[in-house]
Amino acid sequence: MLDMQHISKVYRTELVETHALRDLNLTVAEGEFVAVTGPSGSGKTTFLNIAGLLESADGGHYRLDGVDVGSLGDDARARIRNQKIGFIFQGFNLIPDLDVFDNVDVPLRYRGFAARERRARIERALELVGLAARQRHLPSQLSGGQQQRVAIARAIAGEPRFLLADEPTGNLDSLMARQIMDLLGEINRSGTTIVLVTHDPELARRAHRNIHVMDGEVTDLKPFAPRPAGAPVAVA
Amino acid sequence: MLGYYLKLAWLSLARTPAITALMIGAIALGIGATTTTLTVYHRMSANPIPARSSVLHAVTIDSWSPDRPADDENPADPPPQLTYRDALAVAAGAPAARTVIMRKTAMTVDPGAGRAPFLIEARLATRDFFPMFAVPFAYGGGWDAAADRGGEPVVVLSRETNERLFGGENSVGRSVRIDGREFRVSGVLADWQPTPKFYDLNNGAYDTAEDAFLPFALGAALELQPAGNVNCWKPETLAGLRDLLGSECVWIQLWADLPTAADVERYQAWLDGYVAEQKRLGRFARPSNNRLYDVEAWLRHNEVVGQDSRMLLAVAFAFLAVCILNVVGLLLSRFLGSAGASAVRRALGASRGELFRQHLVEVGLVGAIAGLGGLVLGWAGLKAVEQLYSSYDRLTQLDLTMVLAAIGLAVLAGVLAGLYPAWRICRVQPAAYLKTQ
Ligand SMILES: Nc1ncnc2c1ncn2[C@@H]1O[C@H](COP(=O)(O)OP(=O)(O)OP(=O)(O)O)[C@@H](O)[C@H]1O
Ligand SMILES: [Mg+2]
Repeated sequence: MLDMQHISKVYRTELVETHALRDLNLTVAEGEFVAVTGPSGSGKTTFLNIAGLLESADGGHYRLDGVDVGSLGDDARARIRNQKIGFIFQGFNLIPDLDVFDNVDVPLRYRGFAARERRARIERALELVGLAARQRHLPSQLSGGQQQRVAIARAIAGEPRFLLADEPTGNLDSLMARQIMDLLGEINRSGTTIVLVTHDPELARRAHRNIHVMDGEVTDLKPFAPRPAGAPVAVA
Repeated sequence: MLGYYLKLAWLSLARTPAITALMIGAIALGIGATTTTLTVYHRMSANPIPARSSVLHAVTIDSWSPDRPADDENPADPPPQLTYRDALAVAAGAPAARTVIMRKTAMTVDPGAGRAPFLIEARLATRDFFPMFAVPFAYGGGWDAAADRGGEPVVVLSRETNERLFGGENSVGRSVRIDGREFRVSGVLADWQPTPKFYDLNNGAYDTAEDAFLPFALGAALELQPAGNVNCWKPETLAGLRDLLGSECVWIQLWADLPTAADVERYQAWLDGYVAEQKRLGRFARPSNNRLYDVEAWLRHNEVVGQDSRMLLAVAFAFLAVCILNVVGLLLSRFLGSAGASAVRRALGASRGELFRQHLVEVGLVGAIAGLGGLVLGWAGLKAVEQLYSSYDRLTQLDLTMVLAAIGLAVLAGVLAGLYPAWRICRVQPAAYLKTQ
């Protein structure tokens, strides 16, 4: 499904060069549920952005679904984002002017679905995240956990093959976090490949496989391996 | 997608009503100013008789003083009107399909039945006036050649005069008392207001057409005083109309119907010959300078659309441009202010084109609303012009073309203002915005 070889990404400002990713290698098979952990600033979001075609890598090869996406133009990348990928961002990134229904509607609009189909998908997705009764609420009228669930509904309404989630439980209490993880597990069982970024090893353990990123490189961890004592934590 | 974009535009505009009102106000002001000046300009520069404008020719010959030109500012131009005797001679001799000689006078109508008499403006013209200028009749028609020759007491009434005298009925054959004599109505015009009043620009380019039309020969027979401009250069005794008829004063208009270029050439040659002959008789001391103008050339020559109206139009458009520039700034800050939402749309699969179109629809909507506002302002502006310049009242009617032009111009102005901001916003890098949230 996802195949990254020797991916590198450098951010240049006038003052500094930051090597956000250096020689990152990773393959994810169809149907897998992979958790990515790592300290803050290690390059997790950068990796996810490149995986989700929001940014392009400076070096290396990236094949998504057998397609070398490095050579695609802007429109083709937008189309792939729209049709194959679901995003749950680190912030909720809901559009504040739009109510819950219309927020979930956004990716479906660009997909060109008919009105009936869109309505059916939006209602199903909101049902799944338990917000069917809040369709006409604005994001500002929802709690943080509810907003995050709207973001999840928006990511899954198009039934993407590939779901990218960046700290989807970061702002939630542990009960809510577990509910969200249950939900992601369910979505994964229905066939969607998931890559989840989290700093919580407890949650990471619920995935099929854990990847640890340090300084822009993968330091592999075995599936379901217990976290080694004294492992490096959050050094920015 | 258009419906979706309109909905998004509406939500976005409603989110910041103050800025929205400011943008709409700015464009509406600019459109209002351009609509006002454009309407006046449009009607000023309209061709009043498009179907016949290339065959009708105003005839001028330079009969002016040996010492100075008729117009000091344009010394090469012959005077705009003719002497009475030259007008008669040219009309009788020069080869044209049709010719009209005419002048303006004032007369008093007595409606009878105890109603008060009233003054009218009348045009004394030869009978070809009506077919040459394609004058529309509601009832009846002009008069015959005998009436022209003998100066018979017949009259053609304007629609308004007929309304006033006969309540708008078909009055052909009935009698009207003018200047103490009975005149038989031979025809009643339908609405006819050529704008500009091309056939007599020398006496008010935007004046209304006359209230009544009578045979030219009546003017001499009844000694009707001129009501238009009379210009003289020669020291002559002018005790009454008799003297004027024989004088070197210019006060008669002459038009010839010359359908082909060959006709124009032949007519010109005849005029040159006529002047040469008159020179031998001791008249026409200036160099031979005889000119034919078709309607458009005549309007240009008389500067019907003045330099100042052109300037005013340019100023109005410059004002509109300033308004648009302001709106560019407002749009830019507004679009960049909601760049986060645009970044989210990009991340979720909107192409640059889709984002660009979404924002253009928003500015198009602003433009359309501003266009309606601009029309109201433009209409008010025209009313103000009408108050200030009463002779402009026929130039200040907002017609359908102008309404459509105003709305089109406003949408165009909006889109023009929005192009750069929309282009900027569709190039946001989604990742940059998503991280900062
Ligand atoms: N647009 C950018 N310009 C410059 N440097 C950047 C930019 N984006 C990220 N970086 C840098 O790249 C490195 C990786 O950042 P990234 O956001 O991928 O970290 P992260 O692992 O997601 O951290 P966190 O757990 O805090 O979200 C950091 O050092 C960061 O400062
Ligand atoms: Mg991150």
